[in-house]
Amino acid sequence: MSEMRNDLLKTVDRIFEEHCPRAVRESAEAGEWPAALWQALEEVGLTRAVLPEEAGGSGLDFDDAMVALRRSAYHAAPVPLAETMLAGRLLAAAGMAVPSGALTVAPAHRDDRFVLMQGASAVTLSGRARRVPWGNLCAHAVVAGELEGKGVLGLVATAGAARSVEKNLAGEPRALLEFDAVPLVACMALDDARTRLEAEGALLRSVQMAGALERTLEYSLQYANERVQFGRPIAKFQAVQHMLAQLAGQVAAASAAVDAAVEASSLAPEEFAVAVAKSRAGEAAGKGAEIAHQVHGAMGYTREHNLHYGTRRLWSWRDEFGNETYWQSRLGRVVAAQGADALWPMLSRL
Amino acid sequence: MHEFKFDPVQMPAAAQALRSEVRAFIAAEVVAGSFTPSGNSWSAFDSDFSRKCGERGYIGMRWPKQYGGHERTALERHVVTEEMLAGGAPVGAHWIADRQSGNQILRYGSERAKQTFLPKIAAGECFFAIGMSEPDSGSDLAAARTRATRTEGGWSISGTKIWTSNAHRTHYLIALARTAPKEEDRHAGMTQFIVDLSRPGVSVRPIHNLYGGHDFNEVVFDGYFAADDMVMGEVGMGWKLVTSELSFERSGPDRFLSTHQLLVESIRAIGPDPDARSANEIGRFVAHLATLRRMSISVAGMLERGAQPDVEAALVKDIGTAFEREIPETFRHLIATEPTLGDGASYPELLGMTMLRAPGFTIRGGTREILRGVIARGLGLR
Repeated sequence: MSEMRNDLLKTVDRIFEEHCPRAVRESAEAGEWPAALWQALEEVGLTRAVLPEEAGGSGLDFDDAMVALRRSAYHAAPVPLAETMLAGRLLAAAGMAVPSGALTVAPAHRDDRFVLMQGASAVTLSGRARRVPWGNLCAHAVVAGELEGKGVLGLVATAGAARSVEKNLAGEPRALLEFDAVPLVACMALDDARTRLEAEGALLRSVQMAGALERTLEYSLQYANERVQFGRPIAKFQAVQHMLAQLAGQVAAASAAVDAAVEASSLAPEEFAVAVAKSRAGEAAGKGAEIAHQVHGAMGYTREHNLHYGTRRLWSWRDEFGNETYWQSRLGRVVAAQGADALWPMLSRL
Repeated sequence: MHEFKFDPVQMPAAAQALRSEVRAFIAAEVVAGSFTPSGNSWSAFDSDFSRKCGERGYIGMRWPKQYGGHERTALERHVVTEEMLAGGAPVGAHWIADRQSGNQILRYGSERAKQTFLPKIAAGECFFAIGMSEPDSGSDLAAARTRATRTEGGWSISGTKIWTSNAHRTHYLIALARTAPKEEDRHAGMTQFIVDLSRPGVSVRPIHNLYGGHDFNEVVFDGYFAADDMVMGEVGMGWKLVTSELSFERSGPDRFLSTHQLLVESIRAIGPDPDARSANEIGRFVAHLATLRRMSISVAGMLERGAQPDVEAALVKDIGTAFEREIPETFRHLIATEPTLGDGASYPELLGMTMLRAPGFTIRGGTREILRGVIARGLGLR
């Protein structure tokens, strides 16, 4: 690991340890914006970490920015860091200015579509988008759609657009946004804006899952070493050891798949690698969380223990921006269409 | 706690050129009728094919040129092995010598052993088997009872090894024997020896597997004489040697490509327009395979740097062999057929052969349970 990466990790961990205690996680779930935490992230430039320097970025490489995002998930930080990074990456790709503050993206749901119309002075946005992550708390949303048959990316103010707010299993807000001929702040052509938004979202959720899985494994090891039953720590029982070995396998596989996707996607999401990562990390999320809870017994089922901050996120994130079935089926169709003999050449080019 | 790190590895440009070269070689051999691609092809014994591999420099790739090697990288070797397995090439004759025995000889063998064996192994003319398990010590290797006692100029070995794949057609094996009585440290007092299977004092008896095939054997030593220069490393260091041998044995693409032919033929049978369920399952396997490949290449990178990734290797083998076993179990639901006895020439026969071999995948080279123990130790749990 490079020294710079090491320093970055230390900075990031320090911020989360200081600003993301249990009380902050709980109040965020109750709907309160974690202002101090967000401000600390902004101050060190993490919220703009994926942007090129000329667009106001902090000069970090994409993989360094993803390390920071992964740590935010490790610490179960209740902030739209992934969404802000995602929005920033899309805006930068379209050559658009990135506004300050927390950002989100829409539509987040595959079946939702906006209608974009060229108005007299600006392009206007109409339509509704369900379960927009943090949509009620971000002042701007980056929206993807089509204008005259071509992909476009827009920036819109969300004031007054939130109709209702649901929560995912981790208590993160998911808002219904509705627009009625709202003029966009800015708008630029971006090929495949919709698919790009989806793939970026899947990539960033995969990175987050890798971070949450890592923490879940650590909690499980710690608990198994501390919890004494039948006169010895449960970590000494072979049945428990084998469960933890399987958990470690899931975490390592998810991590490897995510690393590969990040590596391939520094400029734009590489669809094959992203599909692999979202599929593999999503599967690891379900299987890993199951083992972690089994190891923790009743203690891990309480609100008091910290385990659920990770596992509830895993259960949410695996279904956002396409679940395993969605991405696996896409992979499967590509492979089947290209034919059996193309499988190995396709895999080994990476 | 041991930190599992599957660091990214950059494939050198030379490896890509090598990949095309190996792929073209395999394709030409198939066209020439020298072999029919098969699943689990690292068990397919074909000494003619091994000699061709030797001529082309595909064996002993990492070893020094002075011992017949080719001084290439672990990553280049990885490329050759994965292409051979994905292409279903019969690499079984030289597989063990190339994967582990030769590396052990290079690292721990006497000068005479290096000069005698390595050039012949690299030429694809000298084959090895593994002499670890015994009738009463399979997973529990430290319980080995084969004894080597000091005699003039060497050692006299007596005991029995079992599950010795291909011992009836390889030239040598490396045997783990007890050279000192068991102490409190049960891993102490073990030593590895190179054994010539054609010499007196050693006999090989077949053990037929569940489908009637003859791969493995029982090997009995009765006062077999091993000269001092056939001792591997220092006397009493056998456990350490076995552990390092296992990291070569456990992390390679042979631990997730044993059923690759069935995966490919299943995709062919399903066709270009899969239904929802088939598309999902194919995609899931592709995601797993891509991930395993990356992890295995990462371990090759660690071996290249001289690390001892025995825990990472155990982890790759545990999840890799689980993946191999899922392939027949999944496709039997998606393709309406009945598994059939035969040599694998038709889809039902390929499915049948794979199913009959599958139980071995999670046993050979260390059972799933042993691997999880190794991983648990890496996690600091024991």
